[in-house]
Amino acid sequence: MFSRAYKTLVSLPPLLWVGLFLLLPYALMFAHSFWAVKDGLLVHQWNLDNYHTLFAKPVYIEVLLRTMRIAASVTFCSLLLGYPLAYYLSFHSGGRKELLYQLVVVPLWVSYLVRGYAWKTILGSEGVLNSFLQYLHLTHEPVSFLLYSPFAVVLMLTHIYTPFVFLPIYAALEHIPRPLVEASQDLGASSTQTFLRVILPLSLPGLIAGATFAFVLSLGDFLAPLLVGGASGTMIANVVQSLFGAAYDWPLGAAISVCILFVVISLLFLTERLEKRWSFK
Amino acid sequence: MTATSPTRRAPLLTLYAACVFAFVYLPIIVLILYSFNRDGVGGFPPRHFTFDWYRQLFADGPIWDSVLNSLFVAAGSVVLSLTLGLLAALALDRADFPGKALFRRLVLLPLILPGIITGLSLLMFAVFAHVQLSLFTVFLGHGTALISVATTELFAGLQKMDRAQEEASLDLGATPWQTFWRVTLPNLKLSMIAAGLLIFTLSMDEIAVTFFLIGRDNTLPLEIWGRLRRGITPEINAVSTLIFAVSVALIIIWYRVRTRGLGAEAQELIETP
Repeated sequence: MFSRAYKTLVSLPPLLWVGLFLLLPYALMFAHSFWAVKDGLLVHQWNLDNYHTLFAKPVYIEVLLRTMRIAASVTFCSLLLGYPLAYYLSFHSGGRKELLYQLVVVPLWVSYLVRGYAWKTILGSEGVLNSFLQYLHLTHEPVSFLLYSPFAVVLMLTHIYTPFVFLPIYAALEHIPRPLVEASQDLGASSTQTFLRVILPLSLPGLIAGATFAFVLSLGDFLAPLLVGGASGTMIANVVQSLFGAAYDWPLGAAISVCILFVVISLLFLTERLEKRWSFK
Repeated sequence: MTATSPTRRAPLLTLYAACVFAFVYLPIIVLILYSFNRDGVGGFPPRHFTFDWYRQLFADGPIWDSVLNSLFVAAGSVVLSLTLGLLAALALDRADFPGKALFRRLVLLPLILPGIITGLSLLMFAVFAHVQLSLFTVFLGHGTALISVATTELFAGLQKMDRAQEEASLDLGATPWQTFWRVTLPNLKLSMIAAGLLIFTLSMDEIAVTFFLIGRDNTLPLEIWGRLRRGITPEINAVSTLIFAVSVALIIIWYRVRTRGLGAEAQELIETP
């Protein structure tokens, strides 16, 4: 129905733009990871040294493992908060469903920085939480482990990604045909059985989508560690950021980025397959 | 649904859900509360109510400069990514070309990749192309990364659209150009507004990509970021509260637009014999 000229006209500009401003930059990052820095200058000399350094020095592997631990904790906590919330909204909220749904969505629109900053003011040693505890005479000295720790990073990122995790789970729960749930109950299954054998399996694709989102976005976060993480909460993206900044070793930074990219893309590939396999048709 | 499905009372679950809501909202409420606290951030309970921090904020030149910068960047990004996103959605919906699957994945990549990777790639590109970092590079970065949002939203809109209208228009002798302006685009109005608002908000708030592309002039989030490093003052609470208020206002506008749009659709449905 549409002419060739029409198709060319709509395809060409985005193709060229995306090729120039996305494909080329990503390719440049890949190329940089095989280059080197000599005497503070970038030299276009193809080699594998960056990847070698990456796997030979335990410090990088250590930070990468810590990052994955933090990302996994964030994913777990967001699921722990997001899933029951989605379940409640979908099955038990009655007439308040629409309003409550909007209430979950609103924080998604609220600045990342604003929410991170809020945690910083709450957790600090002269922060809101500490003065609250002292006001109640629960402690007499500020509890200092709250801010600048991996715990603070997990807390802040969980706060940010819980609504993200909620959305796909809620969508999956809403798509479950209610007669299936009723049939299970009519046939004598208890609420727990109905949940475990009907609702949970049918909501798996949404759960996986949400978990992937939380994991991938936490994995590459460098702002939360800077804001509330301190030295012990440093993550892999902070290493990259410092290599591109003060440490000035772009090729090594690029190599780490390529590794992050590789982890992310294989994870996406894997979860896409799982979602397809478990999706309800 | 509530009438047919056996909705049972679940007091524990209700309590749990209330706690999750508290977790999500408490930090924001605390933040707003302390923007009115004379003695600064921290200290419990907040004692002396004051507007001083807002007064200080309104007299703060650099903040308002950065707000203007952010508005420019966001407005430009909306135009750029809506234009390219619309074309990309049309291309994905109706054209076949080699590498289409790759193109679709590539467009969506900035949406799912951590911002630092997209930001650094664009930084390398800027250095490679000998482009000076400035608000212009930030605009290019936001505009390009957010094509993903525009494409997703507009592609969904196109899929829901009734093809028969366009066919009729073409059959009745309208040129493809006329059909595009008079049939396709009006049908996509709601998706365009939704995508535009979302892109605007995301651009106003963006840090990860901006961090690497910024030149001398700051955007609002980076201005706040810079101040956080020098220590925290309730002035930042005040500006955060205002950002929150603007975000909520945008959401309300969006729901108004959407419900009015739905209302019109329902009206049409009733009037159609």
